[in-house]
Amino acid sequence: MTSYAADRTRRIAVHILLIAGAVIMIMPFLWMLSTSFKSFADSMKVPPTLFPMEWHFDNYAKVLSTIDFGRYYANTIVVTVGRTVGQLLLCSLAAYSFACLKFPGKNIIFLALLAVLMVPSQVVMIPSFVIMRELNWLDTFYVLIIPGIFSAFGTFLLRQFFMTLPKDLEEAAKIDGCSYFRIYWSIYLPLSKSALVSLAIFTILASWNELLWPLIMTSSEDMRVLSIGISTFQGQHSTDYPLLMAGAVMATLPIIILFIFLQRYFIEGIAMNGIKG
Amino acid sequence: MSIQAASAKHQPDIPVKKKRKISRLAFHEAAWGYLFILPVALGLAVFYMAPSAASLFLSFTTWDGMSSPVFNGIDNFVQLAGDEKFVRSLLNTLLYTVATVPISIALAVILAVLLNQKIKGMILYRTLYFIPVITMPIAVGMVWKWLYNSEFGLINFVLGSLHLPQPNWLFDEKFALFSIVIVSVWTSIGYNAVILLSGLQGISASYYEAASLDGAGTLYRFFRITLPLLTPSLFFVLVMSFINSFQVFDLVFIMMGQQTSLLDSTRTVVYSIWEDGFKYFNMGYASAEAFILFIVILVITAFQMYFQKRWVHYQ
Repeated sequence: MTSYAADRTRRIAVHILLIAGAVIMIMPFLWMLSTSFKSFADSMKVPPTLFPMEWHFDNYAKVLSTIDFGRYYANTIVVTVGRTVGQLLLCSLAAYSFACLKFPGKNIIFLALLAVLMVPSQVVMIPSFVIMRELNWLDTFYVLIIPGIFSAFGTFLLRQFFMTLPKDLEEAAKIDGCSYFRIYWSIYLPLSKSALVSLAIFTILASWNELLWPLIMTSSEDMRVLSIGISTFQGQHSTDYPLLMAGAVMATLPIIILFIFLQRYFIEGIAMNGIKG
Repeated sequence: MSIQAASAKHQPDIPVKKKRKISRLAFHEAAWGYLFILPVALGLAVFYMAPSAASLFLSFTTWDGMSSPVFNGIDNFVQLAGDEKFVRSLLNTLLYTVATVPISIALAVILAVLLNQKIKGMILYRTLYFIPVITMPIAVGMVWKWLYNSEFGLINFVLGSLHLPQPNWLFDEKFALFSIVIVSVWTSIGYNAVILLSGLQGISASYYEAASLDGAGTLYRFFRITLPLLTPSLFFVLVMSFINSFQVFDLVFIMMGQQTSLLDSTRTVVYSIWEDGFKYFNMGYASAEAFILFIVILVITAFQMYFQKRWVHYQ
């Protein structure tokens, strides 16, 4: 009985600590949300109020009329989908080859691939800029999508997963005369949904949130992705916080909604692989 | 006779034929193997390996990005060693890392232990703590800039009502870097906690059962069982946090970069690379900076790898 009581106290203590921490973690979001509905004067009030005096839903309409948010969304979605689909296909194909097929020089090539992981992205930034300029890719979708498809991290992650799958299935399929591509496509891919989903999540997140690459590689208004759009918007309305916060809410919301749907995979995927994409 | 001769002739042929068949199969397999890795290998070579090599070459040149690069030996590196701005950015990055990483990991350990309890609402808690990790850094920077606002910000309002000093967070040399550290800790706790949580869940319950039979208390169990067995995950988190911290850019850019002049105390190495390379078009110089950053990260990671046997316990 006493141990039950002690357990209860312990649980309540854990709840209290977790709630206190959670409040700190989500306070900035609540503040962002609340400010986004305030009038300009209201946002400058001292002491600040947690809830808006009156709800200005028109802040959102104002943001949409000042900047081409639709365009930024469309660009970001095209880039994110392109990179994610490309990466899932090409990296899984290479990963299958590294995990299951025998060919001379495999280990050396794989080692070279791991070496790519160790070079910080800033190191390749300047020569990449030149390569993109020579290819005439600057300020196009190519520059935003294509280099992002080739991922040493994605190949490594999927290869590790494929290595854990039993070999018997593959042997059986070979005896039945399946081609290697068939084995990859109809056996390995369907068995690897969880690993593919976690790679997709890493890629979506990296691509949606990326700043430095699009900042350097694009310049025209038409090619702005959300992160760039929002940062220019911030430059233009540096003090109008209700508008800025409305913009921030709009940029963040899609990924948070996606996260809530995929949260099981998100957290499992990260716990499983550890590394950020 | 002829049949016999034929079959006798045929006999030794079989193993040869079999061998050839095997090598043909192996060839077939290797061909497909190469074909499957070709796109990724080619892409990585063009977009990562070639630029890495080029970056190393460019760091020994003077180059504006347009005309052809002029080889200048180790001039860039000599100049960098005496460049106060760069040395300062290196020190800032170091200070930022040394402040962010331990605070974030310590809090993440506590959080992971709390999240590892069997209580109701765990999925909700995990989700809430993870939201800062997935949020666009731009949005994070903007919200915190607003929270830090010296006149109308929530943080100074709270400090004021507690009669504490209200610093001008982002505009004061003394506080600016620290303000960014707070935001980084806030965004990274959830991520580190999730990795540590998976480490905690790998610790066998039998250790705890044995300890409680011996009458060990909570703290004893934490320091003698949980922490040592968590060291492999801690090591991973530590290495990754160091690497990420050394590359900090987004938060500085969004919270500081658009002020008329960047405070010297918040210029980080990657910010310097961006500024020198893409604002002033000193691309050779910026490549040298990037190369130094790479070496620093490499040395620190190697150092951590070397010293891991001192404190990491693999089960």
